Amino acid sequence: MNSEPAIPIFPRLGAALVARLPLAPAQLAAERLVSQIAARHPDLFARLGDHARKTIAIDPTDTPLVFLLTPDPDLPRVRVARAVAGERWDARIAGPLAALLGLVHGAFDGDALFFSRDLVIEGDTGAVLALRNAIDNAELDMGHEIASLFGPVERPLAGAMRIALPLVERATGVALMRRAGEPT
Amino acid sequence: MDMSAMKLTVGPVLFNWPADRWRDFYARLADEAPVDRVVLGETVCSKRAPFYEACVAPAAERLARAGKEVVLSSLALVTLPRERAALADLVANQDHAVEINDIAALRYMEAGRAFSVGPLVNVYNESTLDFLARKGATAVCLPPELPFASVAPIAAFARGRGVCAEIWAYGRTPLAISGRCYHARVHKLSKDSCQFVCEQDLDGLDVRTLDDMDFLAINGVQTMSWNYACLIGDIEALALADVDALRLSPHSGDFVAVTEIFRRRLNGEISAAAGFERLRALQPDVEFSDGFLAGPTGATPLGGVPA
Amino acid sequence: MSAPLELVCPAGTPAALRSAVKAGAHTVYCGFADETNARNFPGLNFSRAEMEEAIAFAHGRGAKVFVAVNTFPRAGAERLWRAAVSDAQALGADAVILADLGLLDHTARAHPDLRIHLSVQAAAANADAIEVYAREFGVKRVVLPRVLTVQEIAAINRDTKVETEVFVFGGLCVMAEGRCSLSSYATGQSPNMNGVCSPASHVEYRQEGDALVARLGGFLIHRSPADAPAPYPTLCKGRFSAGGVEGHLFEDPVSLDAANLIPLLADAGVRALKIEGRQRSRAYTEAVVRSFRRAVDAHARGLPIEAAGLAALSEGQETTAGAYRKTWR
Repeated sequence: MNSEPAIPIFPRLGAALVARLPLAPAQLAAERLVSQIAARHPDLFARLGDHARKTIAIDPTDTPLVFLLTPDPDLPRVRVARAVAGERWDARIAGPLAALLGLVHGAFDGDALFFSRDLVIEGDTGAVLALRNAIDNAELDMGHEIASLFGPVERPLAGAMRIALPLVERATGVALMRRAGEPT
Repeated sequence: MDMSAMKLTVGPVLFNWPADRWRDFYARLADEAPVDRVVLGETVCSKRAPFYEACVAPAAERLARAGKEVVLSSLALVTLPRERAALADLVANQDHAVEINDIAALRYMEAGRAFSVGPLVNVYNESTLDFLARKGATAVCLPPELPFASVAPIAAFARGRGVCAEIWAYGRTPLAISGRCYHARVHKLSKDSCQFVCEQDLDGLDVRTLDDMDFLAINGVQTMSWNYACLIGDIEALALADVDALRLSPHSGDFVAVTEIFRRRLNGEISAAAGFERLRALQPDVEFSDGFLAGPTGATPLGGVPA
Repeated sequence: MSAPLELVCPAGTPAALRSAVKAGAHTVYCGFADETNARNFPGLNFSRAEMEEAIAFAHGRGAKVFVAVNTFPRAGAERLWRAAVSDAQALGADAVILADLGLLDHTARAHPDLRIHLSVQAAAANADAIEVYAREFGVKRVVLPRVLTVQEIAAINRDTKVETEVFVFGGLCVMAEGRCSLSSYATGQSPNMNGVCSPASHVEYRQEGDALVARLGGFLIHRSPADAPAPYPTLCKGRFSAGGVEGHLFEDPVSLDAANLIPLLADAGVRALKIEGRQRSRAYTEAVVRSFRRAVDAHARGLPIEAAGLAALSEGQETTAGAYRKTWR
């Protein structure tokens, strides 16, 4: 991981396409994803303590979307917006989508990304640290979480993703799955 | 509240003063300063000691003749063989009481011998004070970073245990000690060939932030607060909380006047506000703080007149 | 050759502990999620139930767990620290790592069969201090402060039978640990009292023109131009000015990497090597532990140590051998 080359940037064409889409479907999907993660990983939100009531702007800077997450265990909320400007948040964590996904999947170290300026933190640093530490401990697999959103069709979809994701990972250099430590 | 029972202690000179200045300082202290105890001897850097070593015994004698209780201080960070040997000698010397600043001193302490504990030993709670009292500690100067909420229960416990609880009440606060010499580093020298550049700064070398805020002070291997601790406004509360003694840490300028102001305050001759004003008049460029004790931070300045 | 060096690895979360064990840690150290341990950071550390599971996981794979209870108990509230020690023993910890004289005294009497290690926070920097801790409390191992040279470490090991453990990688304190109030001076919270140094709650990052400015408790710690590495605003690693000189007056924003010194440290009689970083991610833990396990195994077989190449994980993305080399001073 330390020999990792530059962090891949989300293709501009894709970003331009996403920018033209309406927000409503993304909002709906994000809401379902967050409430599912809250239900399946209660320890993640519990770990946040007092920071759970804060709103953290997760800003993949190479995409035209921003996710404003309030990880309150009682009422988790997320808002999808086009930009942070004009939005209310306590802390902002910004960087390429691949860096943020790599963080979630244990492929990158948050401090290292920050030291190298690939990640930028603003506002309530304590809240960002709490979220980062809690996510690191949860060992989330976003591919799996997204597949699970589809309910009954999950299994075939998950099967297809199991085959496709490693190929896409290899092609793009983006960590799309959770890193598992090699057994010893 | 009667504060007159409270004792005044002068801590060791923490800076690298030329030998003649050092000698004159203690001569005047012996003759003029209204203080009860004087702790002296090199505490920060063993390389400085040879310059004034010969002055220590005469100074101690003169202070004792003047009716002051004399205590010799031990080095804060002991690593070298000669530092260990010096510590063993200091503790073995029965002529004077000893203040320990490193737990290593307990190795050489004869069972049952009384000693003092300096502010650089971590005494954060009652159990630690109890342990040290069992080993022979009769006076403990508490770590300067302790808030009042910790000082009060420890001092009350010390009172019950017959140990004198002392608090850092005046002067730049020692914040950290290192194996590295920052004075030498600023002058692009190594510690081993430091040329004793710390001698140039009688009260430490000021450290500022890049946007020009006063922040810290460098004293060789020690890092200190830029501000001067000043608890003259807190003495009543401290006396009520069973604190027995105030430690005044030497600085250049008229230090005897500082001790006199504190003494007059203890005698009830002047108010806290008047005492504070006099200290400020004496050192107009100094910023005072009781922030470690009263919060929120050690850097918080004492704005106007203390309550 | 002496006994193989024990690799003691950090875990801020149960996931990091599992990563460390899988990556080859002989031992993992961790703490409870409260002010009793010196990495009391938001979102980190272990509940009692998590600790029990983590210890079972480690023991199941032949690894040990040390529980750090290494802050200085708050006056009037010592019960919290005593509970941490007694729970650590009940949950099966192989040792507790303590710093406070009062807590050491209590533990030695109330838990005579619990193995006690002396935390680096006690700053026992010479053989005399170490002997006092051994004599009074039966301390079996001491974690040495990061202010000593290899020669001084060798001298200590000649003068004491107590095992020594030294830091080989990670964040670097330039001050004698446990004897530093810089953090509480600027923020009101200190490693000794609160288990935090330069706490995130008092950190403020602001983009000022092209530069990223980091303040701690309102004090400007550093200003990083665009594209330069941005270190966390740890107070002693900031840029300041004094006597007309501007720079990193105390320490550069670098971290320790003593992988190349492993043979020298072994010859100096060191028993265990410690990796710093309970506040770091499981990705860090995995990479650093794997690399150091390889190094320790290579050393045990008499093979040369490969350069670890872990610079990307380091603060300021540069490493130093720190105080182990005398020139550092």
